[in-house]
Amino acid sequence: MSRPAQTEKFQNPVVQWIDERLPIFTMLIKEYGVFPMPKNANYLWSFGGMALTMLIIMIVSGVVLAMSYTPHVDMAFNSVERIMRDVNYGWLLRYIHMNGASFFFIAVYIHIMRGLYFGSYKKPREILWIVGVVIFLLMMATAFMGYALPWSQMSGWGVTVITSLFAKFPLIGDGLVTWLWGGFSVDNPTLNRFFALHFLLPFVILGVVFIHVWALHITGSNNPAGVEPKSEKDTLPFHPYFTSKDGFALVVFLTVFLGTVFFAPLALTEFDHFKAYDSMVTPPHIVPEWYFLPFYAILKSFVYDFTVVLALLAMGGLLLAFPAAYVFFKGDKKKRDMAFMGLGALLGGLVLITLLAIATTHLEQPSAAAYLKVVIIPAALQGVLAMFGSILLLVVLPWIDCSPVKSARYRPIYKKCLLVLLISFITLGYTGAQLPEGWPVIAGQVATLYYFAHFLVILPYLARKEKTLPVPNSISEDPCCASKGN
Amino acid sequence: MDSTKKQHAAGADGETRRDFLYLTAGAMGAVAAGTAVWPLVDSMSPAADTLALASTEVDVTSIQAGQTITVVWRGKPVFVHRRSAEEIAEVRAEAWQELRDPQSDQSRVKSGHDEWLVLVGVCTHLGCIPMGSKTADVKGDYNGWFCPCHGSHYDKSGRIRKGPAPKNLAVPPYEFVSDTLIRIG
Repeated sequence: MSRPAQTEKFQNPVVQWIDERLPIFTMLIKEYGVFPMPKNANYLWSFGGMALTMLIIMIVSGVVLAMSYTPHVDMAFNSVERIMRDVNYGWLLRYIHMNGASFFFIAVYIHIMRGLYFGSYKKPREILWIVGVVIFLLMMATAFMGYALPWSQMSGWGVTVITSLFAKFPLIGDGLVTWLWGGFSVDNPTLNRFFALHFLLPFVILGVVFIHVWALHITGSNNPAGVEPKSEKDTLPFHPYFTSKDGFALVVFLTVFLGTVFFAPLALTEFDHFKAYDSMVTPPHIVPEWYFLPFYAILKSFVYDFTVVLALLAMGGLLLAFPAAYVFFKGDKKKRDMAFMGLGALLGGLVLITLLAIATTHLEQPSAAAYLKVVIIPAALQGVLAMFGSILLLVVLPWIDCSPVKSARYRPIYKKCLLVLLISFITLGYTGAQLPEGWPVIAGQVATLYYFAHFLVILPYLARKEKTLPVPNSISEDPCCASKGN
Repeated sequence: MDSTKKQHAAGADGETRRDFLYLTAGAMGAVAAGTAVWPLVDSMSPAADTLALASTEVDVTSIQAGQTITVVWRGKPVFVHRRSAEEIAEVRAEAWQELRDPQSDQSRVKSGHDEWLVLVGVCTHLGCIPMGSKTADVKGDYNGWFCPCHGSHYDKSGRIRKGPAPKNLAVPPYEFVSDTLIRIG
């Protein structure tokens, strides 16, 4: 930040005195007073501020709860019950903290959807978007560890199921899980470290949110038209126009939140969360919190092992692709070489992992049939990779979707595809909570297929081929604004 | 930097003593950082007292044929099941080569102690505890164990027969200290 101007800016001499030494008031006025907001920003632009409010509510309620909580396997469950029964307002703090996690995710999911719809991840906001994905990942880690702390049946078994996912990685998996647990099962060392990290991570999130807001204040906010502000006519100062708009939205949001806290505090919770953890009895149906269900459903959608037979078929297909690529790229030698190199790399990688799987598998009675059935990538590992991949795809989204038009308003086909993505995501959320049998499995697989196809096939295709509608020259010329007489 | 000085210090290929110092200082810094981080990382590995609990002894005198007991080994349940001669004959009559995780029943027990089946009671799918050890439990389609979480069915040798689990129930390392005493781990 540059040196403060020497002229008197503030009437109050104390404020002036402080500002000359630490220009905090200058900064506040610049970033939150006169900061130019696109004047057409609608209520969907209020969810970032709501998410930040929820983060602060979570930190404040969490710190106070930690003062009454005991992170030990013999005492954790009872200490939470004591918070509920004996600690003054303990019930309120805990219900705020429990439901606060859900409302934090509600705000963030809407915030992300807003970004997808209006193209907020596109140039020049790529880093802003990626930092946001990092916040989302940190939130998931924090929420998962917090779920463990009451040491209920759901806590212990949820942790067991999710940490066991890491055992699916070849070679290092078992050692990695033992290290994560600090033992040979989910036990006291696990609970201790989860508490330490659950306390630490929210402050890390706060730091990353600072970077997110910093990046936002460099590029400025996106807006429903998806065109950058061209002049002062396109913007309004943050205060009072958006402080009041965001403030109103926040009050409505908090009213719904507190309504849930007071009138339906257990609406989003499984009853097995109220039984103490028993490491010898698995509850019949383990489900994560609702905000993880879509990703849990993606995990469960992979049910077929990738075996040597399938690898050989895939290799055959790749070999056939060489002459096809030769014909397809006849005119362009450069593209043809690129296609050959890509196919060659895929084929080489496939051969390599096949040989590796065969070499590391011990067969009691080796035969050709037994070798064909050797598993290269077990279904569970495919699920784990897909689950992490589904979020990591968001990181590279700015380069997957390189359409120059930001807002879905002017992208008629993209708009419909995004609706299908939303429906797929909600379907996954539903099937994630069901037992893995019958039609929910199929529905989950179809939704998973669409999720990946949307990002890996449809978006790159639309970016090149979609016929977009004419984009307004500026926000002021946006017909949506003009019709309202702004 | 003064250009004559720079030329003076530079070797024939333009490298300077300073480049070398940067590299060595950087390398030493990396080693120091790694050394400093290792105790932090390794402190999260199982501690000495956790490792000390790594073996469990089980007296199997009181177990009747057809009965299963569950003991705790390393915080995990271990099923010790005593099988009748009919059970053994039945499970060995099946062709195992075509199973998902092909293993013969013989390779899953200690020879000479064929009636004893010792299994880690943790589903190989996502770590739930399969049902089937208690008389009243659901035992699944193969009359062995059934995991309620995602519906994996194991047979009387603890082998995966149906459902999402990729592997048979693990056989922990164990030995017969005497005919009635097993040491697991």
